[in-house]
Amino acid sequence: MTDTVVIAEINKGKVSPTTNELISAANNLGSNCTLVIPCTDSSLADQASNISGVGKIIAAKSSVFTNYDASGWAQALDSVAPQGIIVTAASAQSKDLAARIAARRNVSVVQDVISIDGTTLSTPIYSGKAIEKVAINGNVVVSIRPNVFPGVSNDGSCDIQVIDASGDLATAVKELVERASTRLDVSEANIIISGGRGMGSPDNFSHLEAIADTLGAAVGASRAAVDTWDDIPHSMQVGQTGKTVNPNLYIAVGISGAIQHLAGMRSSKYIVAINKDADAPIFQYADYGIVSTWEEALPVLSSALSNMLS
Amino acid sequence: MVKIAVLVKQVPDTNSKIQISNDRVDLSSVKMVMSPFDEFAVENALLHKEAVGGTVTAITVGGNSADKVLKDAKAIGVDEIVRLDCTEYMDSNAFQTVISGVISQDGYEVVYCGKSSADTGSGSTGPGVAEKLGWASVSNVTDIQFTDGMTVTVPAEGGNAIINVSAPLVVSCDKGSIKVRKPNVKGIMMAKRAQVDVKSVNPNPSNVTVVSQTMPADKPAGKKFEGGQSAETVVQLLREEANII
Repeated sequence: MTDTVVIAEINKGKVSPTTNELISAANNLGSNCTLVIPCTDSSLADQASNISGVGKIIAAKSSVFTNYDASGWAQALDSVAPQGIIVTAASAQSKDLAARIAARRNVSVVQDVISIDGTTLSTPIYSGKAIEKVAINGNVVVSIRPNVFPGVSNDGSCDIQVIDASGDLATAVKELVERASTRLDVSEANIIISGGRGMGSPDNFSHLEAIADTLGAAVGASRAAVDTWDDIPHSMQVGQTGKTVNPNLYIAVGISGAIQHLAGMRSSKYIVAINKDADAPIFQYADYGIVSTWEEALPVLSSALSNMLS
Repeated sequence: MVKIAVLVKQVPDTNSKIQISNDRVDLSSVKMVMSPFDEFAVENALLHKEAVGGTVTAITVGGNSADKVLKDAKAIGVDEIVRLDCTEYMDSNAFQTVISGVISQDGYEVVYCGKSSADTGSGSTGPGVAEKLGWASVSNVTDIQFTDGMTVTVPAEGGNAIINVSAPLVVSCDKGSIKVRKPNVKGIMMAKRAQVDVKSVNPNPSNVTVVSQTMPADKPAGKKFEGGQSAETVVQLLREEANII
């Protein structure tokens, strides 16, 4: 069996639970998994000391990891990661990193993997309108879609080896601009509530925002909404020409389900659709469909969620 | 004078249905267009040229039928169009080796591409080509300023990062706030007459090979309720059946 290396996914200064899913995927691909944790301070790695399914944990410590720089990160991680199949998360940043590490090691990269059967990997193509199976031969770098593989448990114990990793930065951050709102971006969120043109006006997105705040969710939008209203930015757009998302829960409100929107969200774990048109295509993909205007359904949804979560 | 390349790819229109025959996607009756994010790459490349002076060359990989995407780029203002003549499958390593070879051989200094193509969605080409060239790369770029050197805006945790960059460089472009220019009649006429510079390539063997392409499994039918009041029932189900809130 091929050795595997997992690059930990870091989110808000912590080792993200997605990392547990990566280890589980890595153990499907090979054996003897090494977890590499990019950090500026090795205390970050301590959180992962009880993660199971790994034979070794390396805290790759470097000031390079202060801000993302594809070239510097790939160089630093390549210098400490053992040979083998490398596994990263399929977040926007980690996919970029996966591609650089693969090129650096002169191997191929397979992105957005959703299932593994020996050396055969499945990935969505055409934003999920079809599934492609590829066979890998030798070492590759693989990025794994979140919320697809079950995570390994946190009842292991593994020593952490701290290694100084060095890389040269190729770009320099001039300024970090925080989002005006504290709400999550759709690409970072585990729950997304999206509105379409059926919301009637961009002002009505405030109803979605209120529910998003209750749920800790991000607010998304369909292309129709983004194209129609200047107040709805492209950064909110979910779909083939926006962001492809894979949350645990996707709530579509006033979205009919154009093919290019479905492509960007159909692989969400659970989908709730609220639409007044009982024949809207979105209902074919919804686990729970509510045939209703948003004006009627959202207040009920909002108070039921508040009661449950308070 | 900066020598700019922009990588463009022909893909099925994103509004088209994908059909399968014999375990492969059948694109014979699908309308092919420039991959949407590549349109922003072309626009940014042209803005770069207009800001500092230079040339823009659009490059694609494919057979004769891929000339159309080059002509589309020519019609909106690129200077040269180049097709790397190859119709066989290449894995990411073989593909990036071919592209980076041409970039290096022909002396380009800045490469633009879309953040991902609408067919594979992988987003590997920009960063991969940059690594093979030993260049910097920035991805998911939504805004570029050419005053005072060059800065790009990319998403970062909790907001955006504004990053100072310099050539040699690969820039993978997201949509952002720029509007893509449309071709005018003169541009279209010029594009018709334009000569595609066809280069032959000799890719390395691929270590990743396609086994099959199939439709995704149908999702089992969900539960559908009438009326807004049923939102309460759905919230219950999300907790008790789905276990996610």
